[in-house]
Amino acid sequence: MALRVLAFARLRELLGFGERTIDLGSSATLEDVWTSLTASLPEAGRMRASTRFARNGVIADGSTRIADGDEIALLPPVGGG
Amino acid sequence: MIAIGPDPIDLAALIAAVGNPAHGAICTFLGTTRETSAGDDRIVEALDYEAYVELARADFEAIAAEAIQRFGPLRIAIVHRTGRVALGEASVAIAVGSPHRGAAFDACEFAINTLKARAPIWKRETYRDGGTAWIANTPA
Repeated sequence: MALRVLAFARLRELLGFGERTIDLGSSATLEDVWTSLTASLPEAGRMRASTRFARNGVIADGSTRIADGDEIALLPPVGGG
Repeated sequence: MIAIGPDPIDLAALIAAVGNPAHGAICTFLGTTRETSAGDDRIVEALDYEAYVELARADFEAIAAEAIQRFGPLRIAIVHRTGRVALGEASVAIAVGSPHRGAAFDACEFAINTLKARAPIWKRETYRDGGTAWIANTPA
């Protein structure tokens, strides 16, 4: 299934994209998205504990199952204000 | 009024947006960009803000709704800039109009603290020596 993945700030730089479409098998979770994107990028992988996910504009945890056409966002620690 | 974008902040527009003849108080907060970060003596030359705009806008709406739940009837405006923000300029502004000043002060502080803790907005500092860093907020 196809997903649109958004990456922001430091994660955008480390992953090398701000937006990308990826394909994952059915019954995948947000954690699987993270693993597939960071498997070969240890510096990005180390940001897992401080990264939040959003699925279709709503904050969601790593065990959340994803569906075809979802928009997944990877949110590193925020710095607004 | 909820806004996220590159334009300079017009505080008068926020104040106008929360005005109400039944209210006796308007409290405003401006967050301005600083030339140093805590624990780092490098001089900042420029700041850039990045946002997940759709989620940040929804979060600002949620913060406004939570403020009304906690502090009673009030009107609230939240504006945050994106892109390059010059030193000393406002990067964020909040205005709260309320029947009485206590709720206005409390809701204004609640809104900026909540925004800084969770809104999907990021800040990158560029230093005079050419280096850059993404700066995460610390608890208030």
